[in-house]
Amino acid sequence: MNRSHPTFSCPIPIVHHERILMAHGGGGRLMHQLIESVFLRPFGNPVLNAAHDSAQFLPPKGRLAFTTDSYVVNPIFFPGGDIGSLSVHGTVNDLAMSGARPICLSCAFVIEEGLSMETLSRVAHSLAQAAASCGVPVVTGDTKVVERGKCDSIFINTSGIGIMEHSLSISPQGIRPGDAILLSGDLGRHGMAVMALREGLQFESTIESDSAPVHEPVLAMIQAGVSIHCLRDLTRSGLSAALNELAEASGLALQVEESLIPVNEDVHSACELLGLDPLCVANEGRFIAFIPAAESEMALNVLRSFQVSANAVCIGKVMNSGDPAVLIKSRMGSIRLLDMPSGEQLPRIC
Amino acid sequence: MIPSREGPDMKYLDEFRDVAMAQKLVRQIHHRASRTWTLMEMCGGQTHAIMKAGLDDLLSPCIRLVHGPGCPVCVTPMHVVDEALDLASRPGLIFASFGDMLRVPGSHGDLRGVKAAGGDVRVVYCPLEAVKMAIQNPSLEVVFFSIGFETTAPATALAVRQAQQAGIHNFSLLVSHVLVPPAIETLLADPDCTIQGFLAAGHVCAVMGCTEYVPIADRFRVPIVVTGFEPLDLLQGILMAVTQLEANHGQVEIQYSRVVRQDGNAAARSLMGSVFERISANWRGLGEIPASGLGLRAEFSAFDARKKFGLQKFADLDPVECISGLILRGLRKPVECPCFGASCTPEFPLGATMVSEEGACAAYYRYRTPSTSIPQPLP
Repeated sequence: MNRSHPTFSCPIPIVHHERILMAHGGGGRLMHQLIESVFLRPFGNPVLNAAHDSAQFLPPKGRLAFTTDSYVVNPIFFPGGDIGSLSVHGTVNDLAMSGARPICLSCAFVIEEGLSMETLSRVAHSLAQAAASCGVPVVTGDTKVVERGKCDSIFINTSGIGIMEHSLSISPQGIRPGDAILLSGDLGRHGMAVMALREGLQFESTIESDSAPVHEPVLAMIQAGVSIHCLRDLTRSGLSAALNELAEASGLALQVEESLIPVNEDVHSACELLGLDPLCVANEGRFIAFIPAAESEMALNVLRSFQVSANAVCIGKVMNSGDPAVLIKSRMGSIRLLDMPSGEQLPRIC
Repeated sequence: MIPSREGPDMKYLDEFRDVAMAQKLVRQIHHRASRTWTLMEMCGGQTHAIMKAGLDDLLSPCIRLVHGPGCPVCVTPMHVVDEALDLASRPGLIFASFGDMLRVPGSHGDLRGVKAAGGDVRVVYCPLEAVKMAIQNPSLEVVFFSIGFETTAPATALAVRQAQQAGIHNFSLLVSHVLVPPAIETLLADPDCTIQGFLAAGHVCAVMGCTEYVPIADRFRVPIVVTGFEPLDLLQGILMAVTQLEANHGQVEIQYSRVVRQDGNAAARSLMGSVFERISANWRGLGEIPASGLGLRAEFSAFDARKKFGLQKFADLDPVECISGLILRGLRKPVECPCFGASCTPEFPLGATMVSEEGACAAYYRYRTPSTSIPQPLP
């Protein structure tokens, strides 16, 4: 955490507040108390503990990957995760999509006045725990408090630096005709977990978000010698948007088969009920990989040895010809274009 | 007695998408049809399912499917959307709407734009949520955008009754409900009509029953098959319609027998009847159809947002180049419009059939094949 006054031996007794006050962001004693009690304890590591305005560390050798993302999910707690763990997984996964091993994170909190201290603490602990289980330290951070109504409970930004310990060029331009398209698991769980909670929908079993880090299976594929051409995580607007972006960036036609794309039955039912398409719903622990067809079995074997990608499957291929577009073979056998979703998915009337 | 399909009921999702069964039904339809028959599915949900599964291609050339005016979002006239934009922009007012009305353009933008500009626009799945909002926000007015066919009207009626019983005065409705049978009758009475059979909307009949359709089938000697929404439902409905056509029959039949009863849902119908009365209604793309809409009965006029807020009258200004009227009457297919996919897309829709995801043009656009993506000139 950035601290201009690193002395915490305050002679005035700590006043316990149950809720965040504007003063907690004011740079004074209350803010120091907050940082000390809520953030430093769970996050503590030598770089952060140095309590400087910026983190100082020696970069390891190799190409670096750098990414940033902001997290504004509502509700902040959902089955399978919360905004804290999500803000680690999302950024770690963005690094993983370059085949990078995450080496450090920053995190910045924007907190709404009035948020309960207990809630903030739960989020901070969850974030710290997620970072620890990914083996990546949070080395710098920031806290701001805004007036009630100026933000929705809590917003978090995390940035991440990763190191690429390989010589592959993993990018949309690396996609080649004939590549197999692998999907790391079933679709739509994060989006539907959040949506079901918002809409108060209940199913036979609770839909849990798929929020999880995916860097380990990616690094293992590289380690195993899989010549990955491109990776993309399937966050906002899901598989449809990711495939369309990559078709456009690579200038190639991609074809997938509807019957090969795994969707959990509860997610499927929830999507039917709300008029949404699982292919356009957000995921937070799923990615697609473009791999030379000859290596796809090897890649699938590696992916399936990790819990997060245990249900990895090949869902299609990159076509040898055709305009840049995404084609989907329906269960009935017809081939149509899989369009880019036009914006946020709105629930249909009937 | 209206005949129901015989045999085992189909119950859930995947079994209605069974490929082998679908192929068998397609073969039966091809085998049974001695010529090309033009059928219209009424509901946007059915159009959507047909295009998604590519049934139109599988059935060509013996079945020509045209797509009816059964998407309530599509047929809501622009002046009603303008009324919605006016209300939603007012301070001190929560405007509650079904989600897919948010991107339907009025003459000056859509509800998403009003929300971005500070209007309190909220998405609800059920009108009762809007009543709850009114109870929770006594200092604000809550207006529910009450649109849809016979499917949504009973829940709206229930909301009005609950609000009345609870003495809630800060709740009102912007009503634009429409009814299916008068639309079918209007389409069939058109001298240019080419439709030889209908797949009626199963969920509408789950509420209303099927008896209203009997005089229409008799008068125009046209098969009307009350059909569901999954690929196998649709194929089975088409097979039933073709079987009738080949035998020169024109009667009402129920394919969607796992949901639809001949008399429908009596409680829902009586609730609707107690709150609403039939009025003349304007359909986007089709124009004025007598006795085709629902308006609040006089005793519920306190819940009429138009009266409560003294809304001005807006004009309907649909672009002249849009052929959605011809599409909704089954006289043109979306790909026969020069604007389709060019100047008219889901992001920038010109008219009724592109404004909602369930509209025929939007379904064609979303599920287009590489060859349909290019606009073709009018024949």
